[in-house]
Amino acid sequence: MLQNHEIALSVNNLNVYYGGFHALEDISLEIPARQITAIIGPSGCGKSTFLRCFNRMNDLVPSARVQGQVLFYGQNIYDPKINPVEVRRHIGMVFQKPNPFPKSIYENVAYGARINGYKGDMDELVERSLRAAALWDEVKDNLKKSALALSGGQQQRLCIARAIAVEPQVILMDEPASALDPIATLKIEELMQELKKDYTIVIVTHNMQQAARASDYTAMMMLSKEGSRAGTVIEYDRTDAIFTRPKDKRTEDYVTGRFG
Amino acid sequence: MNGLFANENGRFSPRLSLRLRYGRLFQLLSLAAVTLGLIVLSVLILDIILDGYKWLRPEFFSQFPSRFPEKSGLRSALQGSLWMISLTALMAFPIGVGAAIYLEEYASDNWLTRFIEINIANLAGVPSIIYGLLGLGLFVRGLELGRSVLAGSMTMALLVLPILIVSGREAIRAVPQSLRHASLALGATKWQTIQNHVLPYAMPGILTGTILAMSRAIGETAPLITIGALTYIRFDLKGPLDLFTVLPIQIFNWVSLPKAEFQQLAAAGIIVLLAVLLSLNALAIVLRNKLQIRW
Amino acid sequence: MNESQRVLSTVLRPRADHDRREKIIRAVLLLFSAVSIFTTLGIIAVLLQETILFFREVSIVEFFTETRWTPLFASKKFGVLPLVNGTVLVAAGAMFIALPLGLLAAIYLSEYASDRARKLLKPALEVLAGVPTVVYGYFALTFVTPLLQKIWPQTQAFNALSASIVMGFMILPLVASLSEDAMSAVPQSLRQAAYALGATRLEVTLRTVVPAALSGISAAFILAISRAIGETMIVAIAAGQQPKLTLNPLQSIETMTAYIVQVSLGDTPQQSIAYKTIFAVGMLLFVMTLVMNLISNWMTRRYREVYE
Ligand SMILES: Nc1ncnc2c1ncn2[C@@H]1O[C@H](COP(=O)(O)OP(=O)(O)OP(=O)(O)O)[C@@H](O)[C@H]1O
Ligand SMILES: [Mg+2]
Repeated sequence: MLQNHEIALSVNNLNVYYGGFHALEDISLEIPARQITAIIGPSGCGKSTFLRCFNRMNDLVPSARVQGQVLFYGQNIYDPKINPVEVRRHIGMVFQKPNPFPKSIYENVAYGARINGYKGDMDELVERSLRAAALWDEVKDNLKKSALALSGGQQQRLCIARAIAVEPQVILMDEPASALDPIATLKIEELMQELKKDYTIVIVTHNMQQAARASDYTAMMMLSKEGSRAGTVIEYDRTDAIFTRPKDKRTEDYVTGRFG
Repeated sequence: MNGLFANENGRFSPRLSLRLRYGRLFQLLSLAAVTLGLIVLSVLILDIILDGYKWLRPEFFSQFPSRFPEKSGLRSALQGSLWMISLTALMAFPIGVGAAIYLEEYASDNWLTRFIEINIANLAGVPSIIYGLLGLGLFVRGLELGRSVLAGSMTMALLVLPILIVSGREAIRAVPQSLRHASLALGATKWQTIQNHVLPYAMPGILTGTILAMSRAIGETAPLITIGALTYIRFDLKGPLDLFTVLPIQIFNWVSLPKAEFQQLAAAGIIVLLAVLLSLNALAIVLRNKLQIRW
Repeated sequence: MNESQRVLSTVLRPRADHDRREKIIRAVLLLFSAVSIFTTLGIIAVLLQETILFFREVSIVEFFTETRWTPLFASKKFGVLPLVNGTVLVAAGAMFIALPLGLLAAIYLSEYASDRARKLLKPALEVLAGVPTVVYGYFALTFVTPLLQKIWPQTQAFNALSASIVMGFMILPLVASLSEDAMSAVPQSLRQAAYALGATRLEVTLRTVVPAALSGISAAFILAISRAIGETMIVAIAAGQQPKLTLNPLQSIETMTAYIVQVSLGDTPQQSIAYKTIFAVGMLLFVMTLVMNLISNWMTRRYREVYE
């Protein structure tokens, strides 16, 4: 189904454990470049865990253990020679709750570029990133203002601008709109459509409409079988296929249950 | 009582009013315990002020100690305390904060970490005079620093280290995890994250803890007596290897002298000491509030 | 394929320099935490070294059974019991004040006081704990002792009782604060269960909350005793320098800590046996307080685990 696309990320036999608890079971799939891929599924099935595998944020959970491969343009990011810090610079992340640094708007955007030794014009980069995140017009007159003074929706767009500023290839989003009101949510969705021209986007969402509206591909996650607590991807296809003619009965139940 | 529960069948006799009366009595008793503590505090402060206020003249701060009460002052003690506290802070702050960072941000949950933690908890309870013996054996004699202000400060730095580490850890633990993740997700290294986000955020708490540790050091007497801080210094303190005295030792010295005037001098010295401690604590509160509103 | 080439060549290159810096920083920070271990080792080494030298000249049996302590006199006797007696006498007296009053204060703060009152009273009590001990010594000597002499004229100018009283109030906030922590950790549901059976607030407090918080309260008590044993300046100023076996608190005595101060202030030659005694006494003091601190910390950790 992905023949027409370049593959940005490719997951092979991925298993994740939290201590003795098997959280993700045997996932293999490919994420197309410059498309929006949504991950949906019931709460606790491992969506966030899966997403965090793409930029090695699971390394920060002491009990977490990841097995298998995640290839980023062919290179395994779990290769022992690879530094996770490098991975994260190229595969950015936007979190569920907006988490701006308690610094000025400007500093928030400039921070990532600074630590990564950006040599260009910082003002220009900040403006470009804020424009790309559709926030520029709202904040251009007070870039020195504390980021914490922004509204929730603005903060989330600032976090997107911050992620963009380090020029990643991929942006991971974990329910980026769940803390926002409908209007702010819509803004984020419009923004995603703009961003997909340049970036590969993987988004976790609880909101079926959002997945249906905004994504090109959808991965449906579920607990792998009755009695097990390990999550896995049970179906992965073009979004319209998932929502109109799902192959798996469980997908259909889940998708329609939310709609009807 | 019969009205509400008229069908009380006699198998219980709750005697509620009596029990409630006991309760009120006990409440008064426990309130009295708190009040008694505060009364003692007030009496202590009042007694000291009444004993000593007459001696708080400008000369008291500029004169060296002397055999004659009216010619005695705190000059060398103030210099010594200032030197001691600066050197102590200089040594204890980086080590304490560094240890706190290690334990909160780097240490994995293994035997070494647990051992360090238990060790710190126990060090906090070691009597201060034992630190004095350590300083005597290790710094005064072992490193041959003599009875210098440097030896005293090193001893004091070890003594306040547990306080600094514990308060530093608390401050660092209060930094929201989302802040670390935001930074790491941008490709910052662990140390960059700590340096740019964790430490600035935790700094008000760390500074407050540092000031409290320093107030402890300013008031400590016993370990400095043990390492041999002199009580009778009639020259200015010029360098870290000079002999020294500090405020509480000067006070102790005056308390031990039989003449009534010296006792009053001690009281005057105590007023100064308490004033210094009070300002430090006020500073800690101001600092915490100031630094916290900024963001 | 263009993109993947670019990525492969430029993107995920290992950055050895960064890695090395991170490793060095980590090592330095570990070293800083290890300072606390070196401190403990240093204490043990210094005390042990001199104590061993001391026991080459004085038998352990004499140290623990002889009833006179006169290392600074011409006829030297090295029985530590009088110093231990003085220490225990003062500490016991202090505990008579600190433990009941501290526990009552904790009960008031945790069970009776309104939030506003607690926010006011707790810091006020903590001021009491922050007063330097030399100040308490002054207060004991110049205020409490004269008061005692009015009540019991036979009270000596230096005596155990005034040191005990003042030390008791110094330690009260410690007991109150730690016990309050333990009582606040008792789950609200337990209190509600007791109330639902028709218990009054007093009964809930004494029969439910205090027993449930017992290990934390015991930890506070043990720590308080350890503090009293190690306290130096109050006894050095107010309790005297006469090591003797007595239970009369109105007399002048000497504690272990006060003895160390006495020798440190004097002009005892550093190589003399008298000088080594302070390390032997220090060792005994260290071991006594260490055991209590270990027990106390262990109990605190235990109650935290239970309620977390
Ligand atoms: N740090 C952790 N330690 C142990 N178990 C964890 C940890 N994080 C998540 N889990 C467990 O792994 C499973 C998957 O969690 P995850 O957060 O990935 O689910 P999710 O699909 O994102 O849920 P939600 O929709 O509620 O965000 C859950 O059972 C969760 O309890
Ligand atoms: Mg999630």
